[in-house]
Formats: sequence, C-alpha cells, structure tokens
Amino acid sequence: MTPASSTTSPARPRRRTLADRGFDSVTLLLVPAALFVIVVFVYPFLFGLFLSFVPKEGGLFGNYIRFFSDPYMYGTIWLTLRLALPVTLLNIALSVPIAMQVRHLRRQRLLTTILVLPITLGTVLVAEGLLNYLGPQGWLNRTMILIGLIDRPIRLIQNYWGVFISLVITGFPFTFLLTLSMISGIDPALEQAAATLGARARNRFWHIVLPLIIPGLAVTFCLAFVDAFSVFPSAVLLGAPAGETRVISFAAAQAAFEQYDYSYASAIAMIMAVVQFGFVGAVLAVRGLFYKGPAGGGKG
Amino acid sequence: MAIASAGFRELRLDRMSRNFGAHNALKEISLTVQRGEFIALLGPSGCGKSTALNCLAGLLSLSDGAIWLDDRRIDTLKSEERGFGMVFQNYALFPHMDVRRNVGFGLRMHGISTAETARRVDEALNVVRLGSQQAKLPGQLSGGQQQRVAIARAIAVEPPLVLMDEPLSNLDAKLRLEMRAEIRRIHRLLGSATIYVTHDQDEALSLADRIVVLRDGEVRQIGTPQELYRRPINADVAEFMGFRNAFSGQVVRREGAEVEVDCGFAGPVRGQSVDVAGMGPVTITIRPADLTPATDGPFNAEVTGMEYRGEAYFGTATGPAGQELFFRTEMPLSVGEAVRLGAPADRTLVYPKGSGQ
Repeated sequence: MTPASSTTSPARPRRRTLADRGFDSVTLLLVPAALFVIVVFVYPFLFGLFLSFVPKEGGLFGNYIRFFSDPYMYGTIWLTLRLALPVTLLNIALSVPIAMQVRHLRRQRLLTTILVLPITLGTVLVAEGLLNYLGPQGWLNRTMILIGLIDRPIRLIQNYWGVFISLVITGFPFTFLLTLSMISGIDPALEQAAATLGARARNRFWHIVLPLIIPGLAVTFCLAFVDAFSVFPSAVLLGAPAGETRVISFAAAQAAFEQYDYSYASAIAMIMAVVQFGFVGAVLAVRGLFYKGPAGGGKG
Repeated sequence: MAIASAGFRELRLDRMSRNFGAHNALKEISLTVQRGEFIALLGPSGCGKSTALNCLAGLLSLSDGAIWLDDRRIDTLKSEERGFGMVFQNYALFPHMDVRRNVGFGLRMHGISTAETARRVDEALNVVRLGSQQAKLPGQLSGGQQQRVAIARAIAVEPPLVLMDEPLSNLDAKLRLEMRAEIRRIHRLLGSATIYVTHDQDEALSLADRIVVLRDGEVRQIGTPQELYRRPINADVAEFMGFRNAFSGQVVRREGAEVEVDCGFAGPVRGQSVDVAGMGPVTITIRPADLTPATDGPFNAEVTGMEYRGEAYFGTATGPAGQELFFRTEMPLSVGEAVRLGAPADRTLVYPKGSGQ
C-alpha cells in the first residue's frame, strides 16, 4: 500500500495499475517480435520435439534408441565434432594474435571490409569457389607444383580438409571481428602500466590482455562452435558426405528428404541441439570463473 | 620503513625532442634532476608535458636528444627495462586483479620471490595506508583508494624515479588536498626523484622543489616555486602563474629597476622592470589580488562584474581602450560604477613587449 492511497481512501488500497508493474502502451511494441519468435522459433521447436517422440515404429523413445544403436548414425556426432572443434579453436587461435597486431593499424576499415566479404557471400558460394581453387587442377595445386613444393596434386576436396578449409574461411571473419572489438576495448594504459612495471610483451599478453578477453572469447567460441557444428553446404559440396564428413546435419537431411521420416529427422535435430547445448553450457560455466567487468583502468 | 628508492645521482635530459609528423610536441628539453628532488612539469593542456612524461617512461620514443641516468643512456631502453614507477591519470589499475596482486605485479615481473613480494606489498600498502582493502578489486574502491593503489603499485618496485601524470585530476577538491600532502610525504619517505605533471599551478607550487614551465613544447622557465610566483621570467609565464591583468604600454620614465609606463589609462603606472632595456613598448602584468580600488590609482575603469569569494569580492572592469581588468575589493561595487584601481609598484611587473613569444 502506498502512502498516497492511504490518505485518500484509507479503507481500500489503491489498485495497482498495469503501468506500475511496467506495462504500458510501449510494451505493446514487443508484440510483433514476440509473435515472430513464437511462430518461427518456439512453435517449430516444440513441434519438432513432439514429432521426435512419435516414431514410425517403436515406443516413445524409438527414434533415439534407433539413433544410438546404429554406429553409422551416432558416429556422425563424432565426425561433426572432429570438424567443428578444431575449426573453432583454430579460428580463435588465429584471431587473437592477428587482432593484437591489427588494433594499431590505420587502415582497419579496409581490412574489416575485406574480412566481412566471406560472410556476405555465404557458405555455398565460398564452397563452389574453393571447389575450383583447391581442386586437382586448381590454382593452389598448380602453383605448388610450379614452385616445386609437391610433384603431384594433393587432394584437398571431397575430404575432411576441404570442409575444414572452407569452415576456417567462412568462420574466421566472424571470430576475428569479435576478438578485435574485445581487444580494442582494453584501455591501452593498462598495457603501458604493465610495461612500466617491467612486464615484457609476452607477459603483458598473458597477465593483462588474455585474462580480460577470456570471457569474451568464451562467448565467441560458443557462437562460432554452434555455427560450425551445424555445417551443411560445405560438408556436402567440398567433403565426402558418405564418409568422413558425414556430419549430423547431413544425416538429419537424409532422414527428412530421402527417407521422408520427419519424426526421425526431428530426433536427430534434437540430439544435435543437446550436443551443442552441452558444449555451450560447459564453456559458459567455465567462463563464470573469470573476471567479467569492464576492461578499463579506473573510474576516469 | 624498508621501502626505498634505488640509488642514482642524477637524471639528465639532453635536448629531448619528440615530433608527431610535422608537429614538434617537444623541442629540445634539457633538464637535470637530482636524487630526492620533486620536479613539477607545469603547463596548459597541449603544452607537451604528458608527452615529456611518456618519453621519460619509455612509452614514446624520442625523435632527437638523449636521456641519461648517471652514466647510462636510457632513452634507447624499452619501458620495461627502465624500471621507473609511473602513476597514470586514470590510475590504469588491472581490473581483474585484487589490490594485493596489482601492487605485487611489478615485483612478480622482476622475478622476485613470493615471500619477498608479500613483504614488499605489505610495506607499499602501509606507506599508502591501505592495509585493510587488499582483497578488493579496483572496481570496488573509491577514487582516492584507487589512487593510493596506483601509487603503491608504482613504488613497490622501489624505482629510482617516480613519474606522475596529473594523478589528482580525477579527485574531488577535498581529497585532492589530502592526497597532495600524502604524495609529498611518500616522496620524502622514498628519497626517490619524482616528476609530476600538472596544469594546476597551486599543486605545482605546493608540491615541487622546482617547477618547469612548459609551453608549446618548450621550457619557458625553470625555478623554485618562490621564484616563479614572485618573478616569472616573461609575460607568458606570468600569465600562467596568475597575473591575469596584462596591458600594453610605453615606458615614459626609468629610475633604476622601477619604470613608469603609460598604458592609456588616467595616469602612468609604476612597476618593476623585468629585463626591460631602454624606453620601448612593454607589457605590464598584475595579479587580480594586488589590484584594488584606490582613489589615486592610475587605472580608471567601469565595473562589469562582481563575484563573491568568501574572503573578498573579485570584480571585472573595462578600461577606456577596452582593456579587461580583474581586481579585488573588500566592499562590493555595482555594475556600471566608475572605479579607480591601483597596485603596489613592487607587485606590478613590466616585461619587454613580445618577451617569451
């Protein structure tokens, strides 16, 4: 009860209006977004979840039992992880040192533009391009033969490495731009202070820069990992979708569009989501152990 | 107290210069600093004082000249090899380390044993009187406490030279006065040399043994606070040292060091000559506090403003040729009133016109 209401009508407490509780006409602006999320995300997800529990044959968990009793199917989890984890880690490992150098560069915008290009091109176009570039008659092999590095074309497509390279190319700009903005956000005075205290470049990185960007790197890892884990076009176009790059999304697509078993495909998609959640959850839990405040040097 | 600065005799800046492209931020700064001295680099913003400090710290390289610590040339050394302590304007505390780890950082980087580090961190925290806050992160401390941590961190490595870049500019007025006394106390305790950058003449006067006035990247005057306050070497420095009244005029009579100057007011102004030769054009300068209403004063003007400052009123006025006057008065005057102002001849400094340009 508010003091104002007790003076005007002591007998009856004033009704709390919607506005008091944070609802007003502006709140209505949320409706389109909420509707969109419900229609395009929540409903399909719940529908898929439901669908995965009504298999063509077998009980409630029929699809899941089927998936985990077939090595050809559950093996896709490993095959996908084998691609997604190293690619994500490599991208982050490349982004950090390059961003450390680039942050002082004057032509940062030009570089940013060049790096954003692969993102805008999309995975399919990049995969098509790489198919030519990395192929046995492609520039890369021909150049390497020309300068005598190799005497026979090496196989870079229709296998693990083709997909690996394309994932690095499409994933790197994303991790790099995130990393660059994190590193640029660190007050340069912190590193200068560390230098005056006797820290060499290496120590400045390990003791100052890295601890401050670890939480951001964890989030970057999650986003990049989820992206790489759901790889589909490049695995099909550049890889060996029947063999070593038979990724889990490909298995789901096969179930849905070759066997027309939507229920089984939904179950595979759910398993895929659980694996992703597992990794993201674990990484975010570790992130919680680090300092996450602003990377500034003081109140000023 | 066992914490003390590493020994050296003198630090010598030899024509230290720094250019940014075509802009000369520092022009041949030469200065010798003795061990134990407190030097203030004083100047308006953009005068090059922070550039000078960064050059000393090794954060900027020199374009020309050299820095010597006794017989060792140090301007070619990297920041981490010089071993100077620096206190940054925004403190630059490591936000992810608690107070103890911040203060001990330099010691760890120098490979000092854990036990010795712990002992010296304790000492440094004692010196800045911050023993009870050691487990906190910088973000949990007040501005004054952060300032103390920054000082403790800089002195824990027992540097021969402590560099401070406007360390008090982010603090409120009361805390600033307190920390001023603290900095002076810590300086005496360490016996190191301190170079302190500031734009605040009060701070420089109260802290420093010697003040270096910088303007446009050049040294304008080096002197004790007393010398600078009483007798700035030229009109430029005088203006910066609080001589707000500045009028151009012509010498009409000389009598030893005393000259009479016609400034276009009611009467000739008598003042002390500072290197005025002959009868040429001059600039006379007077502090507002020394210019007061006097019935026989040489300055006739019209009051344009009045401001109460507790111990007295400070007013502004306009002279016959549009000159701006700043004066002090015990009794308030009303705006538009005509007033005669005068200053003691020994508080009126007369410089050759164009000196210090």
